[in-house]
Amino acid sequence: MDNMHKMINKFKNVLAAEEGPPDLDELFRDVKSKLNSFLGGKKRQGPRGVPNQPNDTNGADSIPVGPIILIVALIWMATGFYIVDQGSRGIVLRFGENTEITQPGPRWHIPYPIEAVEIVNQEQVRTIEVGYRSSGSLGTTSQELRESLMLTGDENIIDLQFAVQYNLKSVQDYLFNNRSADGSVRGAAETAIREIVGKNEMDFVLYEGREEIAIKTKDLMQDILDRYITGININSVTMQNAQPPEQVQASFDDAVKAKQDLERQKNEGQAYANDIIPKAKGSAARLLAEANGYKVSVENEAKGNASRFDQILTEYKRAPEVTRKRLFLEAQEKIMSAVSKVIVDQKESNSLLYLPLDKIIGQKRELNYDQRDPSQASNQSPNQGNSTSDVLNSINERSRGALRARERDSR
Amino acid sequence: MKNLSRLLVGLFTLLILLSLSTFTVDQREHAVVFRLGEIVSVKAEPGLYFKVPLVENVRFFDKRILTYDSSQPDRFITSEKKSVLVDSYIKWRIYDPAKYYVSVNGDERQAERRLTQTVNDGLRAEFGKRTIQEVVSGERSEIMNIIKERADSDSRQIGIEIIDVRIRRVDLPNEVSESVYQRMNAERKSVANELRSQGFAESETIRADAEKQRDIIITDAYREAQIIKGQGDAKASRIYADTFSKNPEFYDFYRSLEAYRKSFDGKDDIMVLDANSDFFKYLRGSSK
Repeated sequence: MDNMHKMINKFKNVLAAEEGPPDLDELFRDVKSKLNSFLGGKKRQGPRGVPNQPNDTNGADSIPVGPIILIVALIWMATGFYIVDQGSRGIVLRFGENTEITQPGPRWHIPYPIEAVEIVNQEQVRTIEVGYRSSGSLGTTSQELRESLMLTGDENIIDLQFAVQYNLKSVQDYLFNNRSADGSVRGAAETAIREIVGKNEMDFVLYEGREEIAIKTKDLMQDILDRYITGININSVTMQNAQPPEQVQASFDDAVKAKQDLERQKNEGQAYANDIIPKAKGSAARLLAEANGYKVSVENEAKGNASRFDQILTEYKRAPEVTRKRLFLEAQEKIMSAVSKVIVDQKESNSLLYLPLDKIIGQKRELNYDQRDPSQASNQSPNQGNSTSDVLNSINERSRGALRARERDSR
Repeated sequence: MKNLSRLLVGLFTLLILLSLSTFTVDQREHAVVFRLGEIVSVKAEPGLYFKVPLVENVRFFDKRILTYDSSQPDRFITSEKKSVLVDSYIKWRIYDPAKYYVSVNGDERQAERRLTQTVNDGLRAEFGKRTIQEVVSGERSEIMNIIKERADSDSRQIGIEIIDVRIRRVDLPNEVSESVYQRMNAERKSVANELRSQGFAESETIRADAEKQRDIIITDAYREAQIIKGQGDAKASRIYADTFSKNPEFYDFYRSLEAYRKSFDGKDDIMVLDANSDFFKYLRGSSK
């Protein structure tokens, strides 16, 4: 960026240097033609032209008079030089009447009292501040409550600060039509913003409508200033600050906070939902999977048991008596070899028999604790029913508990 | 030298005479020429003019649009008997300098006082017909137009044209402002409360809905699971029934044996047996 600026400046300098000589030529031509036209044009009515002629001839007679008058005349002529800055325009008045507008550069006008010039900066962007004043280099601003507080359409009071930037679209209009054109801008700004704000509601002005208010104000201001033919062109109206007045600031902030609270609460609810629903889906999937497993296992068990029985039955049919006996004895054997036995012969002894059962059981416990039977595998099916109802119960418990907890919170 | 001094004196006299007998009128001004106090002509066009020295004199009046800015706001009463503070500005122009001179003696202050009175009368009348609401938002420009027209027709008599009358501020007096602030506070509070309750309600709705969905999902799955289990049980039962009904008597025997086996399978179990039982019949026989 810096480099570009430098280059542009260089370029400008070159241009200016090139423009220099022709500009001066033009200036001299300017002087000549103006003098000629004035002397030629005004000779009839202007008494000023008449004495000039004899003066010159008289001056030629006596040697000291001529140069003196020449020098005086030259000095007088030199007072007509002026420079119009870039972006400005020179307004030349001949006997109070605007005859010419000069562009930037060195210029000459017929000196006082015939012509006068006023230089007005046309392109400079001027700024006025409404509702506040920024104090120079420090960048601090002070509020102007009288300007910034205004009534809205719904009879609320708001605090509005804005800046208006403008330049001139016509220097003649600016100079000739209003005594204080710049003062008109402030007046127009204040009346326009109040008219626009007065037509709108507070919330609109404070939040979504800021841009629109600025644009409408700009248009209305331009309209008003055109009515006075000020020659002023409004570039922009920029809102610096639109806020509720100090006295109600706290409650406005609280309302904004409440809006955020609302969002937060919604999000929390959503988070809760996102937590429990997937979990429930998981539990559901588990229930179904378990049920399917149970179904298959029960069927398989049945098939297996049935097949086993079927096969034994086939053999049994072939030799019922023996098979029956064999099966019975095998079962006896298995049982008898496993359990502790006490055999009592009732016929032989009629006396009371002492059986220390509790002691025997105690001894056995210590010895055979490792021999836990594998029957628990088959016990699982009834357990499953329990586990489902456990889940259901716990769900009910939890939801009731959560509801109670939240009720407590809300209180 | 004589020549020179005569020339200089002549030139000097000429310049004085010229300056006394000419005047320029700026583009921004009207000039009124008086001859011994009587207005003889009004110069509206800019340029160089002549006059008779000493007998005629000239006064200049601004031709541009002037601004009268009421520095202090005035208090007006609206139709609902509320008072408002209003300040306004007037854009005016001298359009007939002769009349203007005659009526207000060419004094801008005096002219402004006249204008203010006219405009304030107009404002008082128009505000009295309207409510604050109408004044602030609805009919502001209408009021300004009415007053402008009225003031214009009135001030034409004194050589003044009213370009515009604009109401700038319409403010409430301090004590009323206070109550407006209180109302605004209350309004915001109610908005905040509503938002918070709404937040609670919405959150609760979402939670309840989630819980409902969860319960539906779980119970649906439970129902489905029971159906599946029932199917399994039913099928198993049919298989058993089909197979066992081939020989119910043997099944009874076979199954009982299995049940016995399962019931007595640990050292913990103690069986008290009668020596006369069938199982020991061979044992008994050998001991005899």
